[in-house]
Amino acid sequence: MSNNNKKWFSLNLNSRKKQTSNTCGCGKTTGGCNSHNSKPQMSDEDFFEAAVNASIGEERKKDGFDQVFEVKMDRRTAFKQLTASLLIGAGAVSTSCSLVSGEETKEKAQIDWEEQFKGNYKLMSDNEKKGTVDRLVRSYQIRTGKTINMSAKNAEEDVLFGYAFNISKCQGYMDCVSACVEENNQDRSSQMQYIRIHEMKDGKGFNFNEADDNYYHEVPAEGHFYMGTQCFHCDNPPCVDVCPVQATWREDDGLVVVDYDWCVGCRYCMAACPYDGRRFNWSKPEVPEAEINHNQHYLGNRMRKKGVMEKCTFCVQRSRAGKNPACVEACPTGARVFGNLLDPNSTIRWVLENKKVFRLKEDLGTEPKFWYYMD
Amino acid sequence: MGRLKVFGSLVKDSLDTITHGSKKYHIWMAFLTFVMLVGMYCYSIQLDEGLSVTGMTDRVSWGLYISNFTFLVGVAAAAVMLVMPTYILKDIDFKQAVLIGEGLAVAALIMCLAFVVADMGGPSVLWHMIPGIGVFNFPNSMLTWDVLVLNGYLFLNISIPFYILFKHYQGKESNPKVYIPGAILSVFWAVGIHLVTAFLYQGLQARPFWNNALLGPRFLASAFAAGPALIILVLAIIRTFTEFKIKDQTIKKIAMVVTVAAQINIIMLGSELFKEFYAPTHHSESAYYLFFGLHGKTALLPWIWTAISLNVLATVILTFHKLRNNLKVLYFACFILFVAIWIEKGFGLIVPGFIPGPYGKIAEYTPTGIEIGVTLGIWALGALVFTVLAKTAIKIETGKLRYKKQ
Repeated sequence: MSNNNKKWFSLNLNSRKKQTSNTCGCGKTTGGCNSHNSKPQMSDEDFFEAAVNASIGEERKKDGFDQVFEVKMDRRTAFKQLTASLLIGAGAVSTSCSLVSGEETKEKAQIDWEEQFKGNYKLMSDNEKKGTVDRLVRSYQIRTGKTINMSAKNAEEDVLFGYAFNISKCQGYMDCVSACVEENNQDRSSQMQYIRIHEMKDGKGFNFNEADDNYYHEVPAEGHFYMGTQCFHCDNPPCVDVCPVQATWREDDGLVVVDYDWCVGCRYCMAACPYDGRRFNWSKPEVPEAEINHNQHYLGNRMRKKGVMEKCTFCVQRSRAGKNPACVEACPTGARVFGNLLDPNSTIRWVLENKKVFRLKEDLGTEPKFWYYMD
Repeated sequence: MGRLKVFGSLVKDSLDTITHGSKKYHIWMAFLTFVMLVGMYCYSIQLDEGLSVTGMTDRVSWGLYISNFTFLVGVAAAAVMLVMPTYILKDIDFKQAVLIGEGLAVAALIMCLAFVVADMGGPSVLWHMIPGIGVFNFPNSMLTWDVLVLNGYLFLNISIPFYILFKHYQGKESNPKVYIPGAILSVFWAVGIHLVTAFLYQGLQARPFWNNALLGPRFLASAFAAGPALIILVLAIIRTFTEFKIKDQTIKKIAMVVTVAAQINIIMLGSELFKEFYAPTHHSESAYYLFFGLHGKTALLPWIWTAISLNVLATVILTFHKLRNNLKVLYFACFILFVAIWIEKGFGLIVPGFIPGPYGKIAEYTPTGIEIGVTLGIWALGALVFTVLAKTAIKIETGKLRYKKQ
């Protein structure tokens, strides 16, 4: 957190994760100032590290069921063998009566099996990520006959997403809320919403206690102002530490994400979040087929299941594709600003440098990447 | 090979023991089985529909299950109050009580694990939590600490009594050199399980009601009051219904433990109330909600005031030697103390942590019938496990159950 280029306030409390600085003392980001040795002498420790890497390589990092059981066998073939024997042993009798549908049922059973026993997405290699995404797409195709587009795009380098909210501009129209629900395939039956808009009385300051986050009248209401909250994508997120299975983590571009398939549903993260940023699927989420957004990301708006956590991901399927999150795009007043904090020319950096910004509950040391400001 | 044969015979004999008994025993077991079946039916509905059949919501995301879990960790930890004097201080008085205490700890731990599993959104992927096969977020997550200490404590509390009973079953004396180290370890372990469980809540900066340094110590004090209080009640029942001899002196000594713990607990309660209400801050709102209600929302008021009154009454009764030494009065005091702490350390602790929410929203929590059904089912499971363990242990200890001597 000692990066001098950072223009926003940093509390530096509890921060165990030091941000790696890409800049060198000379101010250049790329090589050429000659103060860096491009190929330094290998120290003993480095040598040991390299030797271990060469001998056991990836296995050191592996975890999760298949990552343990896969020794030097290709995981797909391993699972095919496992599944095939299992099917012959037990399941095949009832499922393979018809040749055509039998093929599909068999494939579906195999996909379900592989999905049930796959590892944690956070620890997967890029190939494994692609594998699970392919399976999910195929599974959806078999089930509904429709094709979805699912991405497994990783965080890009030199990107750290941040968000700013203009309190003077927001009029409480809640277009952001409905855009978010549609974009992220949230459960319609329980009316799950990531964003809450708090209607506050003028002259009372930021008094959340007396604010109303569930209003049904014409806006902007006389004598009120509006303030939106959602997941703040903390740099030091308490929800990540408490997860017993590392099903939620902070990506390199700052997004705090959940692997819906790895989550066990203990809701400890929900208790740990000071910002009401997390939502739980208390029953099976339902989205009408016609309303499903088919442009998905594994960590983002793909279909969830019952009993798992989910949350705002700054629309990872959009932001990693270079677009603004749905809430930013939907806002009719321009109260929402999103961008790359590491890009000195971005709007978000302009806001942080030129406006009086603040964040909520800074005393907790969570370092949210969500700022509020006024005109 | 010989040992295996003895073990096989022990299993056979204990099965024989637990399936035979008086009419009352059979009615008791049938009743427990019935409640368990009802609980399982309720749980099957929960599995099918999801946790939406409970009263929990995004606003109050932990309820009756986690409350009971928290309380029962305390009951399990309290077994140590009997282990320490018996095995380490060699206070012979407690010897008969300690096997019962450890049996109670095992039953309480099984209930704890059952409550945690019942609370999970995805029980089918719980293997993600098994170290080695899944991803175990140790040491960052206090929940992983809890998994370790609870299972370790369960192992200790199964193995020590098993060793002793296994020896007695063969008519041999148990070797203190074998079980004393385990007993000493379990003393520290018991404190550990309760502190770790307190830290689970204490470590959350998001919830000011829990995030206070007294939570851990207060957990210990209330546990060492409620646990032994339950043991006194159980011993009273065992004394009446079986030939197992338990001296008055033993019960009175345990009552002493209960008294001291209850007194310390009251002092800590006073300290907590002083801090919350002398100079109330934004962070005292949960306490205000719990004790006085906020904005007309008063669901917990009757519960917490019942708990406080019972708690004070029990402590006063226990403090006077004359009253405490009267066994009838003692049982009454123990019973109300147990109920009081169940309320206070259960939903009196868990639910207000979520109310008001992070942005001041007050949404109340009421458990549903299905949730209560599952909870009762798990309590019945615990009672069944304890009955089975206690019946076998008593039969061995009274010398009725011996290897090749049926």
